[in-house]
Amino acid sequence: MNIPEGLKYSKEHEWVKVLDGTKVMVGVTDFAQDELGDIVFVNLPTPGQTVNTGDTLASLESVKSASDVYSPVSGKVVEINEKLKNTPEAINDDPYGEGWIAVIELQDVSVLDSLMNSEDYKKFIGE
Amino acid sequence: MSRRANQSVRLLRDLHKNGRKGMMIPEGGLENRPASELLPAEFLRDGEPSLPHISEVDTVRHFVNLSNLNYGVDNGFYPLGSCTMKYNPKINDEVAALFQDIHPALPDVYVQPLLGLLYELQQDLLEITGMDAITLQPAAGAHGELTSLLMAKAYFKDNGLTHKDTVIIPDSAHGTNPASATMAGFHVFTVKSDEEGLVDMDALSSMVNEHTAVLMLTNPNTLGKFEKNILQISQLIHNVGGLMYCDGANLNGILGWARPGDMGFDFAHLNLHKTFSTPHGGGGPGSGPVAVKKHIEPYLPKPVLVRDGVGFRWDLDRLKSIGKMRSNFGNILVALRALAYIKSLGGAGLREAGTMAVLNANYMRVSMEDVLPTAYPGMCKHEFVATAEDIKKNYGVKAQDIAKALLDKGFHAPTMYFPLIVKEALMIEPTETETKDTLDAFIDAIRDIVDECKEDPKTVEEAPHYTPVRRLDEVKASKELKVRW
Repeated sequence: MNIPEGLKYSKEHEWVKVLDGTKVMVGVTDFAQDELGDIVFVNLPTPGQTVNTGDTLASLESVKSASDVYSPVSGKVVEINEKLKNTPEAINDDPYGEGWIAVIELQDVSVLDSLMNSEDYKKFIGE
Repeated sequence: MSRRANQSVRLLRDLHKNGRKGMMIPEGGLENRPASELLPAEFLRDGEPSLPHISEVDTVRHFVNLSNLNYGVDNGFYPLGSCTMKYNPKINDEVAALFQDIHPALPDVYVQPLLGLLYELQQDLLEITGMDAITLQPAAGAHGELTSLLMAKAYFKDNGLTHKDTVIIPDSAHGTNPASATMAGFHVFTVKSDEEGLVDMDALSSMVNEHTAVLMLTNPNTLGKFEKNILQISQLIHNVGGLMYCDGANLNGILGWARPGDMGFDFAHLNLHKTFSTPHGGGGPGSGPVAVKKHIEPYLPKPVLVRDGVGFRWDLDRLKSIGKMRSNFGNILVALRALAYIKSLGGAGLREAGTMAVLNANYMRVSMEDVLPTAYPGMCKHEFVATAEDIKKNYGVKAQDIAKALLDKGFHAPTMYFPLIVKEALMIEPTETETKDTLDAFIDAIRDIVDECKEDPKTVEEAPHYTPVRRLDEVKASKELKVRW
């Protein structure tokens, strides 16, 4: 299971990458994509939309089920990965890279402290 | 399922040879004039309809060969969890056939015997569920859910309680529950399950408030567990003025033993196509009657079947009704099949069916426990959910691979990956209609497959090997949906 260091992780299996001071990139972990199976459709948020921690940020449909992606942070969606509309399988192939979901401008950077580091997340999923 | 290995059926389109038409239309004694002389130009086709030209015998063979590729409960064991794929006695069809030519718009006075039978079915279902009034209109289970929630909405509006806008649904529920609640205009909140696979009482208590409109609960739930705190749950919801909805998909597990009405439910839908042995392979038609308590009766869809001094009639004079949910009074021929089943078995027989369904499920559960453990151990009702999590961890073989390998053994696969709270789930429901020999054959097949997972996982991962088609490209099928040619 690929769990890169330097990212933050949520209990709902999202990763958060700090881009600069207040902007973070969000996606789902390798563990999540493996559990979901082949993803066939992604419902993305709208740029400009505000989200609170725990709100539905996106939804993923796989051949097995449909699942919500809960926002691991609060803030404003400033960018979305439009490419996922045509190539949702990018989440399976490259969850931490091409499969990113959105960039969010944080309301409060302290939210990052409540997320797990890679070691803790590894323990959390029982690796 | 391997009976027809390697046989392929060519598409009608590929059988087409220009001019090979199946029939000749005789001269009718009228002057033969082109359509363009008879109809205004805007009603004429641009060209011939694009239908393939095929001889009659080849058309018949095409469809008969296709039907041979089908697999249903009349072919073999079909342990599809939460679907109650019990045997459908053929006498049901004989009974339904007696009424198949009745036009749905005939005046009540001409169809008294039919209305009398439907009324009798209603009375029987009310006794089975412990409720006060019923509609046979909904065409299937999810339609029954929506019907109930629209009635709940009407009830709250009528009583000036429009602030009641939230529906609580367990995380083990059928996916149709949140969909129906959302369609009816409610906000949905999910309550988690506890370590026994039941509604977490602490979590539920903390969620219930004055906005709580309805709790949708399946009992027994999708893990095959009986919600033993049901009376306490009902009280919690009723204390804030909310309503209790019973998803009756799993009625087979308590049939003749316990009744939703006695558990405090205000609504209960029934799947006649599951519990009451009407066919539902291939998507229907189903029938999802909704039984309600007295205080919900005014909101039932209309027309409502009533009995008065003269006989039976459809009552349209229902001011508070939510309106029609389905034309022609529901799927009548399905309802008649269910009535035939109820009358064939009688009260004691129905209870026996429920008992045997639970016994069969527990026999299978215990017989497989050492190779394919249950996600939430302990007694189950009519079904259980096994998990292939350890098999996946140890040998890399997934629940889906095991399901595919079962096809090679001649069985229909169980439900996979549901409920969502169980990893690598295989949901098995044998029903009461199978013999011990059939159950043993399936258990042996599971044991063989698990052995194979250890010795030769690749063979299982590539299953099925002997079916007419092997693994289909599910991603392509989902992304490039083609529902016609």
